[in-house]
Amino acid sequence: MAEEEKALERGAPTRPIFLEPQSYRRRRLIDAARVLPVLGVILWMIPLLWPTGNSTSAQPVAMSSAILYIFLVWLGMILVAICIWLKTRSNSSENSNDLAQNGPDGLD
Amino acid sequence: MATLNLLVAACLGYVAFLFAVAFAADRAAARGKGGWLRSPLVYTLSLSIYCTGWTFYGAVGYAARSGLEYVTIYLGPSLVMLGWWWLLRKLVRIGRAQRATSIADLISSRYGKSNLLAIIVTVMAVVGVTPYIALQLQSVTLSISAFAPPQDPNALALDREYSGLWVATGLALFAILFGTRNLNANERHHGVVLAIAVEAVVKLIALLAVGVFVVWGVADGMGEMLARVDASALGEWQMDRSRWATLTVLSAAAFVCLPRMFQVLVVENDDERHLQTAAWAFPIYLMLMSLFVVPIAVIGLDLLPAGSNPDLFVLTVPLAEGQGGLALLSFLGGFSSATSMVIVATLALSTMVSNHIVMPIWFSQRGAGASVSGDVRNVVILARRLSICGILALGYAYYLFSGGSSALAAIGLISFAGVAQFLPALLGGIFWRGATRTGAVAGLCVGFAMWFYTMLMPSFGPGAVLSNQVFEQGLLGLNWTRPHALFGIEGLDPMVHAVFWSLSLNTAFFCLISLVSFPNPLERLQGAQFVNVFAHSANPQSWTGTVAQSEDLLIMAQRLVGSAEARAFFHAESVRQGLPEHLPEPSPDFLQRLERELAGSVGAATAHAMVGQIVGGARVSVHDLMAVADESAQMMEYSSQLEAKSSELSRTARQLREANKKLTQLSVQKDAFLSQISHELRTPMTSIRAFSEILRDTEAIGAEEKIKYATVIHGEAIRLTRLLDDLLDLSVLEHGQVSLNIKQGSLADTLDQAIAAALAGEETSLTIKLPQANADIQLKTDLDRLCQVFINLIANAQKYCDAKQPQLTISVRLEPGFVDIDFVDNGSGIPTDAQALIFEKFSRVSDQKVKGAGLGLAICRQIMNRLNGDISYMANLEGAGFRVRLPQTVALAAQ
Repeated sequence: MAEEEKALERGAPTRPIFLEPQSYRRRRLIDAARVLPVLGVILWMIPLLWPTGNSTSAQPVAMSSAILYIFLVWLGMILVAICIWLKTRSNSSENSNDLAQNGPDGLD
Repeated sequence: MATLNLLVAACLGYVAFLFAVAFAADRAAARGKGGWLRSPLVYTLSLSIYCTGWTFYGAVGYAARSGLEYVTIYLGPSLVMLGWWWLLRKLVRIGRAQRATSIADLISSRYGKSNLLAIIVTVMAVVGVTPYIALQLQSVTLSISAFAPPQDPNALALDREYSGLWVATGLALFAILFGTRNLNANERHHGVVLAIAVEAVVKLIALLAVGVFVVWGVADGMGEMLARVDASALGEWQMDRSRWATLTVLSAAAFVCLPRMFQVLVVENDDERHLQTAAWAFPIYLMLMSLFVVPIAVIGLDLLPAGSNPDLFVLTVPLAEGQGGLALLSFLGGFSSATSMVIVATLALSTMVSNHIVMPIWFSQRGAGASVSGDVRNVVILARRLSICGILALGYAYYLFSGGSSALAAIGLISFAGVAQFLPALLGGIFWRGATRTGAVAGLCVGFAMWFYTMLMPSFGPGAVLSNQVFEQGLLGLNWTRPHALFGIEGLDPMVHAVFWSLSLNTAFFCLISLVSFPNPLERLQGAQFVNVFAHSANPQSWTGTVAQSEDLLIMAQRLVGSAEARAFFHAESVRQGLPEHLPEPSPDFLQRLERELAGSVGAATAHAMVGQIVGGARVSVHDLMAVADESAQMMEYSSQLEAKSSELSRTARQLREANKKLTQLSVQKDAFLSQISHELRTPMTSIRAFSEILRDTEAIGAEEKIKYATVIHGEAIRLTRLLDDLLDLSVLEHGQVSLNIKQGSLADTLDQAIAAALAGEETSLTIKLPQANADIQLKTDLDRLCQVFINLIANAQKYCDAKQPQLTISVRLEPGFVDIDFVDNGSGIPTDAQALIFEKFSRVSDQKVKGAGLGLAICRQIMNRLNGDISYMANLEGAGFRVRLPQTVALAAQ
């Protein structure tokens, strides 16, 4: 235990500093998977900015446009998620557990 | 009421079909052919129990009332699923590593396996989910009533209380049959999960069918549909911004915290990789479920008369268009939504109730606990069945009280906000090692109280539980306690208000109390395990273990039940399995027996956890567990060592004190001895010197006088010699330099010899009584020395016995192990205070009467010690009595 901690303090010199391109690609996919929900929150909170029927200055957004916007964002996010999933599967087919198990903690 | 009969028949047929599905799935899983049961698709579909009667009926009603706001209920979970990397990945891993059985189990296990916390979470979950169950009852009851033609007076016969009770009973029966069929409480419910997956497909198809019918059947395709949407009352963008954001957050929180969602997300998860698939597949499902909600709502508002319940548009629109078959499919879809929710929710809640409330009470009542393990499973099942009934009864009660008329979505949100109170404790436990049990308890209680006061109580309406006065003026007239305007902040939407205050105060208390309290060791251990779960755990193994694990199990068992017992148990098990080694294979059978064995000493829950840790858990956690066990064992050992040392020290100190006392006594004795001996030597020397001076210096001295003085000198010289002889004798005896002259002879002869020697040449009136009994005992010892003791005792009696007719009785008794020879005279005996001293050197009871050096008894005692015997004074007799005791080995029985 103590040795592990020391190794962590020294910045884990046993690990390589730079990764193979394939592993690098996988890390970036994980980054994308992490960013996706943040993007979703931002896009789905955009309707907060829309003028409503109560406002006097601007024409309220039509319901059909609102539905189209919400569902297109939904669809887009699902498609991105599927893409990430397919990429990670093909990238790490030999050790597919890796993605689920090991985070990219402190490694780039 | 042919329609009603048809509905009932459809329901029964559908339930029978589900049973067949579940039964087939269980059979396949039992035969090991259930690989496809653990597919990502089934996992994703099982998540669809998020979509209940609320979604199926309520979403359309919600859209008809508040526009697009309904969609936030599905945006939150979509975000959680799409962001699986942040939270769900860790949650699922922890749940599997810790073998969590419910959200209460997970939270209690994070905070040091605290049962108090488990009970709090369980109670909160039961109360929180109650409105949700009521929602399902209401949706099914409403959907049945929708089929009764409005103009039919029989519709009134279908009153809501009566039908609600029937629905509740039916759902309870259904949940019991489904959820608690398996006697083994710990296995995954493959049958139930597959049935839920089938129901997920049914409700999706039903809702999509209605939607397709509405868009392409009633309206004329997508374009016209959108135009009609814009033209309708919903056409303009209407939203409450605070509700939009709050509902998204709330639904995301509830998605993680709802007991039934935790059940399917974490407990029933077979493979962590399924989560990656569900991360995009489940948002697709949610999107499809909410796709046609607005069109159905718009068409419903167009077609149906004003004032009809928008919650029923999914049914009433096809009915109004004359599509009976579609309406029936839609009804089955709604029925599916309600039943699957009720099955899984009651399953999850009843597990929590039985594990955290009923079983601990039962075990404490039974005392001996798991020694009667055969009964326990039946008790578990019974407890779960009763819990299911209790939970549905609560739901029915809420349904009755709330009036059964409010919008489905509004009821559902109350539940959401209730269970969302788990979120701070859950997230804090997973991401923050500093979160403590006290903090979690405080946060949960505060949040729950706030929710109860600002959301659940007011939900019954003003005047029902809280009076109008409380609504307007606050509790006890305190203006800042108004349930819809806490702290005087008015104008907020009541739902936003309740969620904001309950969650923020919950989080604040949780963080604050965590910061100032200190966790116990188990909490810290569990905290590290939870927060660093990816560093600590490999992919969790299944229950089947390896022999290496048997070794771990043995080590653990030795720590719990003792080394010998554990070894014996393991040996017996390996014999049972027919193995030559001492370590049995960790078969499930063996593990169960081991767990039962361990439960006898540490309790069932702990035993299960410990066996689970080794067989199913991660490697590091076993080590941690052992480190904890080791640490406490070491501490116990150390403290027992300390105890032993301290008792040894006190023993030594006592011995030292005794030795010191003895030395002091010896020093006193030595001084006394020296003064005595000088006195004893000086007295005869003085008279010798005096008389010899008279003889030398006196001229005229008669022959007669000369003889007289010489006789005195001679006598004193003899006395000196005898004294010196005695001293020499005693010194030799004391220093063990004497060599014993072992001879064989009879005790009677020795006594006779002693009597003769003692009385020889003395004028005495002493009569000696010597009974002949036992006197023929043969001795093998130093008879001369023994005789010396006897002579001394007889001489003492002769000298000191103060009776008029002095008499000495010598009796011989054969006791088991030794021979006693008692010398008892009829004098007045030795005073009690002198008795302790008579065996000391130069001790004399009375100086005045008889002259003696006071060495006789001291010599006697030394002799008897040398002969392995003993001499003692017999107290409590009329006269003086001495007992000479010889060991049996010395005495040879007279054959």
